Amino acid sequence: MLEKEGHSKISKSTHLPRKRFYRARAHSNPLSDSHFPVPISPSHVDYSVHFPQLFSSSDEGGDSKKIEFADVGCGFGGLLISLSTLFPETLMIGMEIRDKVTEYVKERILALRVANPGQYQNVSVVRTNSMKYIPNYFGKGQLSKMFFLFPDPHFKEKNHRRRVISTHLLDEYAYVLGIGGIIYTITDVEELGDWMKDCLEGHPMFEAITEAELEGDPVVKLLSSATEEGQKVARNGGQTFQAVYRRIAPSL
Amino acid sequence: MEEPAIEEGDNHRDVEVAPALISVHPDHKFIVVSIGSDLRVFDLQGGCSVTLVDDSSGPLHKDSIRAIRFGAEGKLFVSAGDDKLVKIWNANSWHCISTVCSEKRVSAVAISKDGLFVCFADKFGVVWALNLDGFDENQVLVDKKAAPVLAHYCSIITSLEFSLDGRFIISADRDFKIRVSVFPKKPLDGAHEIQSFCLGHTEFVSCLAFVCAPDYPEGFLVSGSGDSTVRLWDITSGSLLDTCEVGSQAGFLESNGRGEEHYSAVIDLCTTPDGTLVAAAIQSLQGIMLLNCNISAKSLSIAKVVSITGGSFIPTSLGTASCAEFLWMVTGVSTLHGLDSHSLARVRVISGFRISSPDSVEHEPTMLEDDEIPGGEKLLEKLQGSVSIENKVFSAAAEAVKMAMCNLLIKKQYSADKREFRKRTRNDKKIKQ
Repeated sequence: MLEKEGHSKISKSTHLPRKRFYRARAHSNPLSDSHFPVPISPSHVDYSVHFPQLFSSSDEGGDSKKIEFADVGCGFGGLLISLSTLFPETLMIGMEIRDKVTEYVKERILALRVANPGQYQNVSVVRTNSMKYIPNYFGKGQLSKMFFLFPDPHFKEKNHRRRVISTHLLDEYAYVLGIGGIIYTITDVEELGDWMKDCLEGHPMFEAITEAELEGDPVVKLLSSATEEGQKVARNGGQTFQAVYRRIAPSL
Repeated sequence: MEEPAIEEGDNHRDVEVAPALISVHPDHKFIVVSIGSDLRVFDLQGGCSVTLVDDSSGPLHKDSIRAIRFGAEGKLFVSAGDDKLVKIWNANSWHCISTVCSEKRVSAVAISKDGLFVCFADKFGVVWALNLDGFDENQVLVDKKAAPVLAHYCSIITSLEFSLDGRFIISADRDFKIRVSVFPKKPLDGAHEIQSFCLGHTEFVSCLAFVCAPDYPEGFLVSGSGDSTVRLWDITSGSLLDTCEVGSQAGFLESNGRGEEHYSAVIDLCTTPDGTLVAAAIQSLQGIMLLNCNISAKSLSIAKVVSITGGSFIPTSLGTASCAEFLWMVTGVSTLHGLDSHSLARVRVISGFRISSPDSVEHEPTMLEDDEIPGGEKLLEKLQGSVSIENKVFSAAAEAVKMAMCNLLIKKQYSADKREFRKRTRNDKKIKQ
């Protein structure tokens, strides 16, 4: 049976990649030395590789459009795919540390581009350790939205420094987010939810977004519905904890 | 050839060696050399060696010192290293006024321009600040606790520096990064606002220094790296102004076919007080490379190489005072294996370290003989431990320092087999508690 299907990781009916060929461990150690290529600086990010229809390889960046949304730890890319059609004019990128999962998202985007000509041209994915290399991808104030959906909870206290939201890492996220930019976090682990909220609440460059505003933000609904992890939690009838904060100028 | 060496470094953590360091009092009053856990101070004005007095209850350094520095006004001196102790000294009486315990090994120290805060960085990438408020010449500070102010994500911080106006704190790491953070009014609450990242190096950043000129008082940052370049940066925007390839341009790269990339890492940088001359110590260069910084053109160029004859002297650390025209250099290593001497420290001095005027023939920098250097033989005896040193020790020391730097700062590459083996022998799995 494997012989028969093994030659194609792409489903014949939907023309989308099949997840079962891209299984990966759920955890990855962000502290270990990585050996994948990293752009030297944001100006070295090759947009023509990520968005071939929008950028030709001769484009030298410059004043042209920049990536504005980053989904950190995008997993299988559910949110990105939804955002892509919701914000067709915005460039967005998923960042994922697991090799195979990144490969899946890459295939998924390519397949969607073929199936829906003209669509999904604004979305891409990159394999990287965002905890180490965020400043290599984005310049100061470049982003308007950052997503941290269902991150690894790293329960042990010894491993808390591996968490993707921490006071020190928020300094870097505040650097790449423009003033008014929004950081979205959600988890199904109450302890981690509290942790992320505490970090954001205590940070001088973020303020909580009011309930009313959250109601009006179409993206908030996607947090729990669009991602694979979110759907899993919903299936199991689990609870989710979200924290959505705005980047503000620090008071002097 | 490289693999066995790496493995050895893995298996015997205890063979780690530390390079000798030198620091010069801003008014040229004292010269300090650290070698291993030993801190040696010489009083240039009095012409005598200084005995350190440690009043605070903590012990003296028990392991290699990795960072030493005088405060901008020369009232304070800080030493720290692998024993996780940060010692703050009164740089006049040489009493230890405070000993602070760090959680991790300390890799860099800096003192804020106003002298109110001591900052130190550890091997996990966290920068800590310590408030010296209430520092009094003769008083011992007690119960001081450091607060974390910023962090590079689990990357060894190699150098820490305050901007000339004191507004920014600059930290460099082994992941090629230089971060410029606003040093806040209340540093103990954290330096959350990042001014810029200076990105461009393609290997670990090893050292930072500032150049300045009367019309550019805020100055520019220069950085040295394992990629054999010295780069010039505008810290406000983080933009790279110029890159100087010190490895290839000087043409001293070994031509014995090894062609190793990491062969000529920049080890240390030192700038003249008038601001535009940069001295660079480079692995494999027996001497000092002088770079000219043209501030208005925002460019760096190689001025000349001052070679050091007699013994393969490759400096491990540089220092200068704001008033004198001496460039102090030290080479050495904390432990030597298979040799009679246990450690090595050798001090040399270059005079005429300045630019008199851009177009005149500059005061030629010259290497001083041992009997010509300030402090003379007495100083050498104190700082080096002995006056004469056997020649063969130098090459062994240079090799040891280079290996230690590689092991510490360069990412290890493993073959597929070895990677599997290392996975099997991971010790973080489930060991009996």
